Amino acid sequence: MTDIPTQQGVVRVIGSDVTVQGVIKSFGDFKALKGVSLQINKGEFFSLLGPSGCGKTTLLRILAGFENPDSGVVMLDSSDILPLPPNKRPINTVFQNYALFPHLSVYENIAFPLRLRKTSAKELDARVWEMLDLVHLKEHVNKKPQQLSGGQRQRVAIARALINRPNVLLLDEPLSALDAKLRQQLLVDLDELHDAVGITFIYVTHDQAEALGVSDRVAVMNKGEVLQVGAPHEIYEAPATTFVAEFIGETNTLEGTITKVEGDVIYIDTQGLGIVEVTAEGNWQVGERVVHSIRPEKIRISKERPSHEQKDDNVFHGKVHERIYFGHQSKFYVNIDSGLKFKVFKQHVNYMDMGPLIKWDDEVYVAWDADDGYIVERVRA
Amino acid sequence: MVFWITAIFLMLPLLVLLLYSFNAGRSFTWTGFSLVWYEKLFTESGQLWQAVWNSVIVAVVSSLVSTVIGSLGAIGINWYRFSYKPYTTSLSFLPLVLPEIVLGVSILVFFNMIGLPLGMVSVIIAHTTFTLPFVLLMVMARLSEFDFSIIEASRDLGATEFQTLVRVIIPISMPGILSGFLTAFTLSLEDFVVTLFVSGPGSSTLPLYIFSAIRFGVTPTINAFSVLLILVTVALAVSAQRLLKYLIKA
Repeated sequence: MTDIPTQQGVVRVIGSDVTVQGVIKSFGDFKALKGVSLQINKGEFFSLLGPSGCGKTTLLRILAGFENPDSGVVMLDSSDILPLPPNKRPINTVFQNYALFPHLSVYENIAFPLRLRKTSAKELDARVWEMLDLVHLKEHVNKKPQQLSGGQRQRVAIARALINRPNVLLLDEPLSALDAKLRQQLLVDLDELHDAVGITFIYVTHDQAEALGVSDRVAVMNKGEVLQVGAPHEIYEAPATTFVAEFIGETNTLEGTITKVEGDVIYIDTQGLGIVEVTAEGNWQVGERVVHSIRPEKIRISKERPSHEQKDDNVFHGKVHERIYFGHQSKFYVNIDSGLKFKVFKQHVNYMDMGPLIKWDDEVYVAWDADDGYIVERVRA
Repeated sequence: MVFWITAIFLMLPLLVLLLYSFNAGRSFTWTGFSLVWYEKLFTESGQLWQAVWNSVIVAVVSSLVSTVIGSLGAIGINWYRFSYKPYTTSLSFLPLVLPEIVLGVSILVFFNMIGLPLGMVSVIIAHTTFTLPFVLLMVMARLSEFDFSIIEASRDLGATEFQTLVRVIIPISMPGILSGFLTAFTLSLEDFVVTLFVSGPGSSTLPLYIFSAIRFGVTPTINAFSVLLILVTVALAVSAQRLLKYLIKA
C-alpha cells in the first residue's frame, strides 16, 4: 500500500487489482454463481449490474469474506484472499442499509475501525476529522445515526469504510434507499470521491443509469453469469446478448434470417417488418439467424415519407399507438403496418422542434440508418 | 371514577397493612399508635433478616448467572446458525409455560437423583432455571430490532468475533440485558413455589420465612417489614425505569 498526499490533504491510497476466476456458489439447489471470472483493475470504478437474483450481491459478499465460494479463485493483486476472514481483508464495504452502529455517534462510527487497532489518540482524531471533511459531515459529528438523513447516513458509512485505507471499496446498492433527486447528487459525489481517494471501487447495482453514469467499466450479470464486461458506451452500443441489449436502456429487437451480405452491409429478413439493412463487421453468412437491435432514440419519426436526400436505409410505415410527453423528449409507440410494435424517442432540441405535431393515431414513417442498427447475436438453433 | 375504584381496589390491602404496622396491639383491633413493631423488626428478628439475606444472595447470583447465559444464548439463537435451532428456542422457553409446581417437583426429583444436597446452591440453580427464559426473551426482543449487517459491518471493518461481541453486540443489546436482569432479579426474590421444593435447612428465603411465620399467627413485625419492602421496591422500580429510559435514549 502506497500513500501519496494529494492537494486536498486526503491521503491517496493506490488500490489493488482484483481477480475473480471460475467462482461457483450454490445455496442449496439455487446456483447463485455459475463460474464467474472477472479482472478488475487497480483504481477502477467497476460496476456489477444486473437484475435482483443475478448473483451480483453474492459475488460482493464473497469478495468481502461473508460467503465462501464452492470453488474458484479470488485474488487481490497476486495474493489469494479466500483463506482470510473479513476482518483481515484490505477490503471494506458500504452496506445497502449502511449498517451504522446505532449506539455510537457519527464520530465514533467513523473511528470504530481505528479503535480496534492500537491507534494513538492524536492520530485517531486527525484521521476521523480528515474523513469528516472528505464527506462533509463536520457539523453532525456528535449526532447518532438515527438523527441523520438517508444521504448523511450513507456518507457516514462511506467515511467509516474508507478510514481503514482499504485497497478496495465495495458498495452494495448504496443509493437504493434514497429518492431520485438525491441519488443523482450522491452519484456525482461518489464519482468525485473515487477521484479523490483513487482506490478500486466495486459498485453493485440493478440501476443501469447509475452504473453507466459513474463506472469506468461495467459487468452485466444475469442468472449467475457475467454476460458482458466493457466500458459503459460499449455495453450500450454493442450489447453482447439480447438480454444485455434489453436490460441496458430500451431497444427494439428483431429476429430474422440473413438474406444477403454485401461487404459490411447485411440484409436481414425479419418477422413482421420485412428486409432490414444493417452495417456490421465480422463474418456473416447468408441463412444465419440473428437478433438485430435498434435503439429508440436512433429512429426518426415523421408524418411525411423521408426524402431520398436523407440517408434512411430503413423506412417503415405505421400508426402512432401512444405518445408520452416527457418535456425533454417524447416517447412514441408505433404500430408498424405489419403488426410489429416499435418504440421511438424524439428529443426536443428546440422549442418548435416538434414540427407538425404527431399525435395519437397519426400515420407516420419511422426510419433509421443501417449504421445505427446492431446485430446482437447469432441465434443458435 | 374508574381511577379511584382501581386505586382503592389495588391499594386498600396495602393501606391496611400500613395501618396495622403502626398498631400498638397484636390483634386486628386498633389500640393506639406505636413504633414497637419497627423496633422489634430491627432488634428481635434475626431469622427474618437471615431470610432476607438468603433471598438477596439467591436473587443476585441466580439473576446474574441467568443474565449471562440468557444474553449469550439470545445472541446465539438470533444471529448464529446451528442444528436443531428451532427446537433449542422452544425448549428454552419451556420453563416459561410450565406450571411452577411441575417445575419445582421436577427440579427436586432431579436434584435427588444426582445427589445434590438441598441448600443455597440448589435454590440458586433452580432460580437460574426459571428466570433464564425471561432474560432470553427480552434480549431476543431487543436484538430482533437490528439487522445482521451490523455484525457483518463490524467484521468487515476489522473486528474479530470477540471484539464484535464486546463493542457492538453487547452494547446494542444492553437495554434488553438490563430489563432481563431486573425481571430475573424480581422473579427470584418473590418466588415461593419452586423455592419451597428445593430449599434445605438454612436456605429459607424471605417468602418462605414469611409464610411459615404467618402459620404461627401474624406478627405485626411482618407488617412493618412489608411496609419497608414496599418503599424499597418502589424506589428501585422508579430508578430502574429512569435508567432504562436513559439507556434507550443514549
